[in-house]
Amino acid sequence: MTATGGDRAAAVPVLEVDGVGLSFSGRTILDDVTFEIRRGEFTGLIGSNGVGKTTLLRIILGLQRPDTGEVRVLGQPLAKRNRSLGYVPQKVELDADVPIRARDLVALGLDGHRLGFARRTREQRDLVEEMLHAVDAEAFADSRIGRLSGGEQQRVLIAYALISKPELLLLDEPLANLDPKSVQEIVALLHRVATDNGVAILLSAHEMNALLPVMDRIVYVTGGRAASGTTEEVVRSEVLSRLYGHHVDVLRLHGRVLVVAEPGGTAADDLPAHATVTVD
Amino acid sequence: MFSGFMANAWEVATIVAVVAGVVGFFVVLRGSAFPAHAIPNGAFAGAAGASLIGVNPLIGLGVFSLLAALGIGTLGRRGRADVATALALVFMLALGAAFLSQSTQYEPQIFSLLFGEILGVSSSEILPVLVLGIASVLAVAVLYRRLLVTAVIPDVAASRGISPHAVEMAFLVVVALATTMTVPVVGALLIFSLMIGPPAAARCLTDRPGIALAGSVAIALATIWASIAISYVSNWPVGFFVGTFSAAAYGIARGLVACRAAGNRRAAARASFSVA
Amino acid sequence: MHVLFEPGLLSSGPVRTAAALGAVVAIVSAVVGVFTVVRSQSFAGHALTDVATTGGAGATLVGVSPLAGFLGGSVIGAGAMDAIGVQRVRSRDLATGIVLGAATGLSALFLYLETTRSATTGVTQQILFGSIFTVDPSTVPVVAVLGAATLLVIAAIRRPLTLSSVSSEVASATGISVRGIGLAFMVALAVSVGLTSIAIGSILSTALLIGPAATAIRLTRTMRASVLLACALGVATTWLGILLAYDSFYWDASSQGLPVSFFIVSITFAGYLVTGIPAVRRRVELRWRRGGTVRARTSAPIAAGG
Repeated sequence: MTATGGDRAAAVPVLEVDGVGLSFSGRTILDDVTFEIRRGEFTGLIGSNGVGKTTLLRIILGLQRPDTGEVRVLGQPLAKRNRSLGYVPQKVELDADVPIRARDLVALGLDGHRLGFARRTREQRDLVEEMLHAVDAEAFADSRIGRLSGGEQQRVLIAYALISKPELLLLDEPLANLDPKSVQEIVALLHRVATDNGVAILLSAHEMNALLPVMDRIVYVTGGRAASGTTEEVVRSEVLSRLYGHHVDVLRLHGRVLVVAEPGGTAADDLPAHATVTVD
Repeated sequence: MFSGFMANAWEVATIVAVVAGVVGFFVVLRGSAFPAHAIPNGAFAGAAGASLIGVNPLIGLGVFSLLAALGIGTLGRRGRADVATALALVFMLALGAAFLSQSTQYEPQIFSLLFGEILGVSSSEILPVLVLGIASVLAVAVLYRRLLVTAVIPDVAASRGISPHAVEMAFLVVVALATTMTVPVVGALLIFSLMIGPPAAARCLTDRPGIALAGSVAIALATIWASIAISYVSNWPVGFFVGTFSAAAYGIARGLVACRAAGNRRAAARASFSVA
Repeated sequence: MHVLFEPGLLSSGPVRTAAALGAVVAIVSAVVGVFTVVRSQSFAGHALTDVATTGGAGATLVGVSPLAGFLGGSVIGAGAMDAIGVQRVRSRDLATGIVLGAATGLSALFLYLETTRSATTGVTQQILFGSIFTVDPSTVPVVAVLGAATLLVIAAIRRPLTLSSVSSEVASATGISVRGIGLAFMVALAVSVGLTSIAIGSILSTALLIGPAATAIRLTRTMRASVLLACALGVATTWLGILLAYDSFYWDASSQGLPVSFFIVSITFAGYLVTGIPAVRRRVELRWRRGGTVRARTSAPIAAGG
């Protein structure tokens, strides 16, 4: 189900997800998911936990193969080495004993794939500084990655991904474990980074409200199916009801969105985090 | 202490320590302590088997250490890595036991393969050790960045086309190579100590990967030189000193860090106290 | 039948001792092994056999009972590992490695002192490999009693142990001392490994600790089922290995037969490999889904305002 709005220029989309489907052990995880992302767009991949967002991201990154459908990056099918896609995982599994500083990791974003042992040039080191500055990580650039907080690690991982100048940055649940203030900071940072560098952003989350101010498009996922378009187009009762397979209401209150199920409605567990209210 | 056969011992020890320091840095970083123990031990079984059929034990050593590396890498992919390593190791040891039971292998040879005979090294053995040593260090240099990236963010590396599994296999093969060259000299059980203690100590003392690598080598050199010197004087086995000093190096490094951390805490407490 | 059961098998004293000892060891190892595998402590389990051997060598040197040496060395080693190591697997393996390296060095020293003192041959081989057929029958009751004690301890702590193995955070939240339970388990592991090492040698100690447990875990869904299956597999493997080792004396007139360890380890390894084959795993999963009960899905309440 797609609800694209308007006629766009003929520029090749950065990412095209075309009819992607995946089943596992008899369960359908993703079913005919189709959407595209254009240059510089900020897209939110919204859905509750377990609905298949991470699986979809992994398919886009080429870490998993879909049963049906295709993923195209800049018009080309997915290749082994994806320079155009940057990936920011949720967190790094590292202990504080590992002698690698934030600065070192960001530098590896430039040449981590290269064989050999060439020393880094002045330009490269300046670029690392620039990236650290862009994500406000200078204060802890020389600390070990394993010692950083979740939010700090995230910024380092963003810098790592950005330094290789990708066309699209994919972030897996970056807001999940942050307090509201940090959520705001990271969203603002990502928006700034996207605008300054012309990078498109695809970010998965289970709550859309924090992203409303910056989101250009939304891909709303539930039950393996997805609806994509602008927030106005997608977050409407008719569209979401069709997606869920039963009636839901959409309320807008003080700039926030509430998706609300009918009393006694089935699959209430499928509703994303902000939808916990049942109205009598 | 520095002439005649001892000169050989010093030369070989230096080469071994450099290799152990370099390879060991990544063994510790990547959490590959168990494979680093298992591969030399599996190799030992190969040496026993080779001498059984009249082949140069070094060939058996090389073949079995390579098999151990490949086996651990392949099995570890499918299931738990530590289970795969344990079972591959005991299988090879059991093979070794089977080989030994078929011959009248006598004591000292087993002892030397396990614990090494560095003081008895002849000058003809130095060149092969040097060549293999250079090969190991070069291999690590070539893979340096990939080893770092896959150790920290394997998923992201995979999305960039670097296969963490391929890097792991390559690394295990390098460990096998380093093993083959050092087992006849330092023994199967002791190359392990050099690959664990010094790097573990070094990384306590610095945050930077390059410095930590250099530190591993430095501490490994200090360890083995001290061990040889004291062994020469006391007649006690080199292996004993290597094992003990490696562990001590780690202990001292940890102690230094703890002292420094406690000092920092005290300073911070004083600072906040004075501000208030 | 004659080919399989060579003459004198069942009436042979050493064989009966071996079978009894083997069964006891297999059961203790299997139970402890299941937890060892679940907690990803296979390296510690193996390293402790070498540390136990060091203790044994030291004991022989000083003239103390080898059993005390094996057990003492193993427990001290486990304590050291626990003291150095932290919760995460990588740091734990590092601690294991440090202790193993030091213990190995000590071994070198003890063996050197031993051989220079008494010039006995076969000492290294004996300590490292052991042989189930040459065990003194009087050790069986001792091993059985200590083994039973270990199992009692494991049984007593099995619930907090399981929980903290799955998630140390959840366990801490419910008031369990994760560190304390971890240490208790390490001691139990040390005692188990010390016993099995002196009884049947270090190689078999690790093989029977890890092999049947890992295989059973792949084939079952609950801890209880894993433990039971691991015991069954361990005992079966041991008896089959003893049988084949005994037979191997007769296969070739001039040969001395192959060591038991070789047979038992090979069977264990083969079993593990077979259960790793994708076709086999799929069959197993299919049987679970058909025969298993349907568990009700409860979704945890999601807090509003993420």
